[in-house]
Amino acid sequence: MAADPSGVLTGQHYLDGNHAACEGALAAGCRFASGYPITPSTEVVERIAARLPRMGGMFIQMEDEIAASITLQGAVWAGKKALTVTSGPGFSLMMEHIGLAAMTECPCVYIDVQRGGPSTGLPTLPGQADMMQARWGSHGDYEIIALCPESPQECFSLTVEAFNLAEQWRVPVMLMMDECVGHMTERVVIPPADQIHVVDRRWTKKPPGEFKAFEPGPDMVPDMAKAGDGHHLFVTGLTHDERGYPVMNQKAQEKLVRRIVDKIRLNADKISRVEEDQIDGAEVVVISYGITSRVAMRAVQMARAKGIKVGTMRLIVAWPFPENRVRELASKVKAFVVPELNYGQMSLEVERVAAGKAPTVLVPHGGGEVHDPEVILEAIVQAARGAR
Amino acid sequence: MSETGGAKKPKKVQGIVHVDRERCKGCGFCVEFCPTRALDLDSTYNAKGYHPPVLARPDDCNGCDLCGLYCPDFSIHGVMIKTNVA
Amino acid sequence: MSQVDTNPVKEYLRMDRMPSIWCPGCGIGTSVNCFARALTQAKVDLKKTTVVSGIGCSGRVSGYLELDSFHTTHGRAIPFATGLKLANPELNVVVYSGEGDLAAIGGNHLIHAARRNIDLLVICVNNFTYGMTGGQVSPTSPGGATYSTAPYGQFETPFNLPHLADSCGAVYVARWTTFHVRQLTKSIREAFGKKGFRFIEVISPCPTLYQRRNKLGDGLDAMKFYKEASVLKNGADTRELDIGFQSPIIVGSFVNRDRPSFIEAMNKRFTSVFGESYKPYPEGPSKAVQGC
Repeated sequence: MAADPSGVLTGQHYLDGNHAACEGALAAGCRFASGYPITPSTEVVERIAARLPRMGGMFIQMEDEIAASITLQGAVWAGKKALTVTSGPGFSLMMEHIGLAAMTECPCVYIDVQRGGPSTGLPTLPGQADMMQARWGSHGDYEIIALCPESPQECFSLTVEAFNLAEQWRVPVMLMMDECVGHMTERVVIPPADQIHVVDRRWTKKPPGEFKAFEPGPDMVPDMAKAGDGHHLFVTGLTHDERGYPVMNQKAQEKLVRRIVDKIRLNADKISRVEEDQIDGAEVVVISYGITSRVAMRAVQMARAKGIKVGTMRLIVAWPFPENRVRELASKVKAFVVPELNYGQMSLEVERVAAGKAPTVLVPHGGGEVHDPEVILEAIVQAARGAR
Repeated sequence: MSETGGAKKPKKVQGIVHVDRERCKGCGFCVEFCPTRALDLDSTYNAKGYHPPVLARPDDCNGCDLCGLYCPDFSIHGVMIKTNVA
Repeated sequence: MSQVDTNPVKEYLRMDRMPSIWCPGCGIGTSVNCFARALTQAKVDLKKTTVVSGIGCSGRVSGYLELDSFHTTHGRAIPFATGLKLANPELNVVVYSGEGDLAAIGGNHLIHAARRNIDLLVICVNNFTYGMTGGQVSPTSPGGATYSTAPYGQFETPFNLPHLADSCGAVYVARWTTFHVRQLTKSIREAFGKKGFRFIEVISPCPTLYQRRNKLGDGLDAMKFYKEASVLKNGADTRELDIGFQSPIIVGSFVNRDRPSFIEAMNKRFTSVFGESYKPYPEGPSKAVQGC
């Protein structure tokens, strides 16, 4: 369906990524946000706090990120689309509730504008070291979806996409920005509302009494109802049956947790999104995401000028990881080069999936600034040389 | 109502309790706080090994349902069954 | 013959989940009984009533009530409930949880929700201990009592919860014990008739852990103690409501004031800023029930 025009600021704008993400959320139909200030993400909620009251929405600044990360889930169960926004330390505090959202299949969006870590780290400077936390940060087995915008334009479009994926698959979706993308100001084109695809909630058509809140459909995802509709919902973070009732045994655990994992894993190819360039015939493929993909592009251009056949793969959806595609490439290319603003996170995933068929060369960086393209170039050159 | 006609006969309210014996955990709240002391714990056991309450003095029950209000296991409640001015 | 079907609380409970997990002589079920009867008496719209709990024995209450039930994470029932209420002000949102959940791990949320005057009824079952995890010391544990994690006796100063809620701006504050079933029922009914942050503390026995470890007998002994030791002081100064080990327990309805709820204050502010162009956010019913 098309977006609600009341939230769509159609036109050409000059926005930073944080402001653009806010506009993406509003275009997607988000009318509730709970937040807590943290650098470098705060501009998202600042803009939301200014925008929502004029369009019948609600923003509340909570007492901490723990509260912010569950208040939005209450709003979702009351029928709203909702998000919260944070950065490293706040993201750490939100982990328990990301698990709750996964377990209760609560469609909601968490934006993490990544900064240098660990701990307080580099509040005003970029990092990409929360990628594994986004995937594994809460306890127990679960799956989420994570998107990585590389520009303010994508901060807009991928925030819309994040809401759509959350509604379609009923998972918490992480928008994994970084400080550079968040604070970089560029042209952002917001299309007319009728050209923005918005996925509505999967409201059940069943009447109270017949509806089971956690009975999966053919795509393994249950339909949803909200509080106040007479369904007497029972929503718990405990292992539960299709009615939502707690069941404390291995059989129920297997049935539920297997499903909330498989609904993403078995549909990974449908969810996955990468942007590829000159992959065919490439000796080396550079896999990157977020701000690093823009830096890597410079290195790739320099490498191509040297006559090296380099392809690129940009992870737009980082989680679920594009396993099948990377596995396929592993038997065709000589090496993968993975630059990222951390000491090895997504590169581990590349390495795992490549399974020795092609080496994975990590170009690590502790964060605080972006890579020097020369360093990535050097890795490409070395990888290509090794390949020959 | 004038009281000149002599002592008014007390209004007798008759009640009864319904007990779900199997849900009872034998805490004794109902027996202790029954205002007319109409209940006792039964000498027999339920399947879980507790002594559920029994209406030992049925005539004394006025169906006030205080037992129902106290019961933490929703296993007893009182109802008024008839009112007669004897 | 089972008489279950005639039980007046049946329509408020998920009877297919009975028996409850609560120990014999635990008072949580008694408080639920009072809550269910208050729902009946106040003719609350059950379709619009939703109960949110955290974790712990009292945290299981939401799941036994035949309402929209949300059993959330430890300590976070209030912020979840805040999201529900602010996203749909038509809902009558009740938070039902224990003192460890609401005042220890969730203490920050309790004070801020009261400060903001979020329109929630909070029922806090205070049994002076963490029951589900095996009888650890809690933020209301009285001095001198022993716990699995305070084996030589509790020496911290406990919270006086009504005073805490009052200081933070709650519009309705009461304390009862599970002995005071009629008063508690009436108090819940009264609270349904108000808008804003309402806080009712329910002192309740924990026979298995608190009572037994401190040689205080069983649940019934606790109830008899409440009967003897309770002192009714409606309108009492909440600063004087401390509870010591087996000390008298002051019960009553202490605070009943009116101040703008979060949404009312927000609408007032935005209307003054934006003028006519501001479309006020829905404020929901002025109270959960009519005729109270």
